[in-house]
Amino acid sequence: MRITQGAFSFLPDLTDDQIRAQVQYCIDNKWAVSLEVTDDPHPRNTYWDMWGHPMFDNPDAAALMLELNACRKHYGDRYIRVVAFDASHGWESVKLSFIVNRPVEEPGYRLERQEAAGRTIRYTTKPYAADKPAGSRYG
Amino acid sequence: MSAPAFAETEMPQNAVPAAIDLREEFETSGVKDVLAELDRDLIGLAPVKRRIRETAALLLVERARRRMGLAHETPTLHMSFTGNPGTGKTTVALRMADLLHRLGYIRKGHLVSVTRDDLVGQYIGHTAPKTKEILKKAMGGVLFIDEAYYLYRPENERDYGQEAIEILLQVMENQRDDLVVVLAGYAQRMDRFFESNPGFRSRVAHHIDFPDYSDDELLRIAEQMLEKQNYLLDTKATAAMADYIARRRAQPHFANARSIRNALDRARLRQANRLFESAKGPLDAKALSTVSAEDITASRVFALKPGEGESK
Repeated sequence: MRITQGAFSFLPDLTDDQIRAQVQYCIDNKWAVSLEVTDDPHPRNTYWDMWGHPMFDNPDAAALMLELNACRKHYGDRYIRVVAFDASHGWESVKLSFIVNRPVEEPGYRLERQEAAGRTIRYTTKPYAADKPAGSRYG
Repeated sequence: MSAPAFAETEMPQNAVPAAIDLREEFETSGVKDVLAELDRDLIGLAPVKRRIRETAALLLVERARRRMGLAHETPTLHMSFTGNPGTGKTTVALRMADLLHRLGYIRKGHLVSVTRDDLVGQYIGHTAPKTKEILKKAMGGVLFIDEAYYLYRPENERDYGQEAIEILLQVMENQRDDLVVVLAGYAQRMDRFFESNPGFRSRVAHHIDFPDYSDDELLRIAEQMLEKQNYLLDTKATAAMADYIARRRAQPHFANARSIRNALDRARLRQANRLFESAKGPLDAKALSTVSAEDITASRVFALKPGEGESK
């Protein structure tokens, strides 16, 4: 099951040139771009691991592509996303984020029903991938 | 993103042009302006200007060839600027960045000027991230490494400079589209540096040598510097300045235009003091902006006999 979170996730995967163009757009808007990695694709998992520092003073997208390639070499079997942070006053938050790398196989989610008091049913979604310990979930 | 796609269907933009007018390219690309500016703003440096002109012509032709589908690879643009201190290497590098940007060889056209300290770390594992950080900052522009030979210290085999050199070489080779590296430094030491690092020599295509300025040129530079700050030399001061330049050259640590700039800064200081102490009534604009001979002749340089300072 294809994970859809962040921008562009219903589109086919972006090519490197498209990623570069999007990143350049972010940089031209003075947003600090950075990379984040995870192997726990649960939608409520907001805090992914950072790859390197946010790039506050790199005027060209080539810098991020350099890091992205290094990150893919290391964590090619995980989810990688680009995060564009707007540091300007009043915003100070993420303006855009999109997935740039995903595992070859995305097994999806299991729906668990918990029977609670009375006839209440509580639902939980669990990624199948999360059954394995962190670090050995994909490939 | 959709606008260019639309334009493409309207008219074939990617069609190969049958002929390219180099003269027109020269004017419309802005190269002409950069070269004219270079001629106007920089005094002397005739061989440097000639080399830049030649380089610009090469790049212009290369660009035309690329449009016609005759060339596909990005030419190697890494350069080395050799010359004594204060001969305008950084200034020319700035212009070079502008030139390359206008020709479309680099995307942003900014200049990141660094020395060994910015690239080489202080402990194991510090150098690689530091160098990469600088390289990332320079992407899309020009990385100017001043006194590049300090990167290589043969006397200390555990020096971290070697690590920085390896990363640099790798990026210079693999990401030629993304940044241009300019290495700068004294001619002799750069030669030795290239000898001991054959990797650099083969990756640097353009060597430009910066000659020292003549006394005459330095005087004109001094006048230009003052003019930019709305100061002027009176006739006696001009003569004193010419004398100063000749004397200063004979002393150690002479750094061409940089020495002149420092001398002028000190002359302005003395001028201000002189005005402050001697002025009796209100001063007009002329008095406030005239540097006179006594401001210059008060310099330490005039107190020394020729050759005296050299022992220091």
